[in-house]
Amino acid sequence: MIRLVVAALAIVCAVPAAQARVQKPVLVIERAGNCVEPTEVMRREHRKLLLQQRERTVRLGVRTRAHSLAGCVECHASSKTGSVLGPEGFCQSCHDYAGVKADCFGCHSPKPAGARR
Amino acid sequence: MSGTDRRGFLGTAAAALAGVALAPGIRLIEFAAARAPEEPASAKVRWGMLIDTAKCASGCDACVRACATENGLEATGRPRTDAQWIRKVELKDPKSGRQHSAPVMCQHCAHPPCVDVCPTGASFKRADGIVLVDMHTCIGCRYCIMACPYKARSFVHENLSGQRPEVPRGKGCVEGCTLCVHKVDRGDGITACAEACRAAGHEAIVFGDLNDPESPVSRRLRELPNRALREDLRLDPGVRYAGL
Amino acid sequence: MPASSAAVLQRELQAHGWRFYGPLLALAAVVAAGFAAFVHMETEGHIVTGMDNQIVWGMPHVFAVFLIVAASGALNVASVASVFGRVAYKPLARFSALSAIALLAGGLAILVADLGRPERLVVAMTHFNFKSIFALNIFLYNGFFAIVAVYLWFLMERRMNRFSAAVGLAAFVWRIVLTTGTGLIFGFLVAREAFDSALLGPTFVVYSFAYGTAAFVVLLQAARLWEGRRTEPETLVRLGRLLGVFAAASLYMTTAFYLTKLYMTRHHGVVAFLLAEGGIYPLFFWLGQVVLGGLVPLALVFAPGATPARVVAAALAVITGGLAQMYVTIIGAQAWPQPIFPGWQESSSFFDGEIHPYAPSAAEIVLGAGGVALALALLAIGAKVLRVLPEPCTDSSSPQPTSPPAKPR
Repeated sequence: MIRLVVAALAIVCAVPAAQARVQKPVLVIERAGNCVEPTEVMRREHRKLLLQQRERTVRLGVRTRAHSLAGCVECHASSKTGSVLGPEGFCQSCHDYAGVKADCFGCHSPKPAGARR
Repeated sequence: MSGTDRRGFLGTAAAALAGVALAPGIRLIEFAAARAPEEPASAKVRWGMLIDTAKCASGCDACVRACATENGLEATGRPRTDAQWIRKVELKDPKSGRQHSAPVMCQHCAHPPCVDVCPTGASFKRADGIVLVDMHTCIGCRYCIMACPYKARSFVHENLSGQRPEVPRGKGCVEGCTLCVHKVDRGDGITACAEACRAAGHEAIVFGDLNDPESPVSRRLRELPNRALREDLRLDPGVRYAGL
Repeated sequence: MPASSAAVLQRELQAHGWRFYGPLLALAAVVAAGFAAFVHMETEGHIVTGMDNQIVWGMPHVFAVFLIVAASGALNVASVASVFGRVAYKPLARFSALSAIALLAGGLAILVADLGRPERLVVAMTHFNFKSIFALNIFLYNGFFAIVAVYLWFLMERRMNRFSAAVGLAAFVWRIVLTTGTGLIFGFLVAREAFDSALLGPTFVVYSFAYGTAAFVVLLQAARLWEGRRTEPETLVRLGRLLGVFAAASLYMTTAFYLTKLYMTRHHGVVAFLLAEGGIYPLFFWLGQVVLGGLVPLALVFAPGATPARVVAAALAVITGGLAQMYVTIIGAQAWPQPIFPGWQESSSFFDGEIHPYAPSAAEIVLGAGGVALALALLAIGAKVLRVLPEPCTDSSSPQPTSPPAKPR
């Protein structure tokens, strides 16, 4: 969580003097409307929300969309690449910057359902 | 799908399905109500299948191909390590020469040995009887593969890409037939293999709720003599076979 | 009344400078190679091994299970002293306990490295399905480390010596449960015709007596040679007799297991495969497990005029036989297909109804070797740091030096 707060602060604060070796995250929100939770909540809590949801989905078969990974991917996939990965992908660009490995996409598709593979 | 879209779709679908009903109580196709998303799977339901080997055509692999397409299983030309969730087994009685063909997949036992042996509890049985692997907890020890009498499971031996969004799967975990749990949960009421078998004109695979005495699968189970594979092990599988 | 361990001087491994670091570096190199194999398997996946969906447990498991079974048995010498009151073995108790810890660490390292998802070790440590004998074994292994560490401590600290018998008993009982559990990892599997037997629990316990004693003999002699001397002949001859008894007991358990299986008509196929028709499996069984693992050690040890050299040779033969046994038990059982439709001939794209071939890859063998080297390296470091090796006269009836001789330069 600390890393996420630091990452969020780093994104928000402009530090022009520092040499930017890692590309700053590119956050392109293409869909109109709001995320399922407020931005600040999402920045801190998205991992916890995803972990809690996955227990419900996998073990209980609860398929609510709101906190599901598939739900995130559906909204946040780039219209150019169709994916949340890639150098300017919604998930990857922040995670690369923060240096936090997200294990999800080794198994989960970074593209929404119905997208061409 | 938003709430209004789903209701609209179901309304249209219900109207269409009413049109294909021949007579009260007899329907051409199985109509399973979608479970609401926030509703968990229920123990009131037990999903299962009946495989009528008399109707299973030797040499036909429609079920296998459909499963691979539905679940994103890509054959790399190395069958020893490629995942196979369902396969056609060709059977021959050595004494009489009589031959049979049958698809074999995870039997979704009520007392699954794979669930018993999994050290982390990743292999588990859902409330509605579907036996699954929680890929988040699976450490890839392969003990469940050692334990399964039906050779139902596969281990993912290499990095994967292009997974289907509904079917996450990855290197280092063990996987197997999920009874198309993603289709079941959204209310399709049928598995890919059963659907393909029907489309191929054989209708050898009937899927449905074993706990519902009026479901097509339950009615067929009453009509046809049937048995489970390796009944001596008393695992009470959800998949039963007729004609063997 | 048993002599206290203070009567025998215990010292660290007396190898210094390059004499110590040379071989240790060689062991470290093998460990590094094993680690490289692990990284390769972790990055590329198990496709780089010879294991597939038919043979899911291969060479790494042969090495690992052998090490684990030998680890449990290596504690035997200490148990014979503390639990059964055989005073003559008491000076060897510390080295026995340390060997047990080191061998188990090596075995477990291989198992963890071979997991499909080794980075989830934390998950394995925090999520337990208590119905799984595998999960219970994880508890037993960790408990073994703890109990034997405490046992070693009690053996080494004078004021705790009087409790060493109690802890020794606890360690003995724990290791019997642990090894029974290891055997039942296989024995509980009804799916595999070569397993599916309660007998595998006690069989592994008896095997552990043999493999552990053999490993201990080899390790003790290796430590002495490393110091530039030899183990006392009486010690080796005594251990050799123990080894002979355990090798005979192992032959008995093997016979009981396969004869019982053979009596059951439905198992005729698998027994014929493993013992007669299966190519490499009958070869490893008869030549490895029975001859090298049983008959040769018996002859070497019980024929008149047993020398220390013969005892060490017998120990090496038992170890070779043990590895062969693990190969037949673990891989042979998987080579034989599951009988899904008993009585029918089966064939499919998933290799139902046919014998499954297996050829280990370099990565697997290097991983196994790395685990063995890790066990040896840990033992070497432990013996260099802790006073676990008895001074020359390991027979407590002989007079003891009161102070250590001058260190050789």
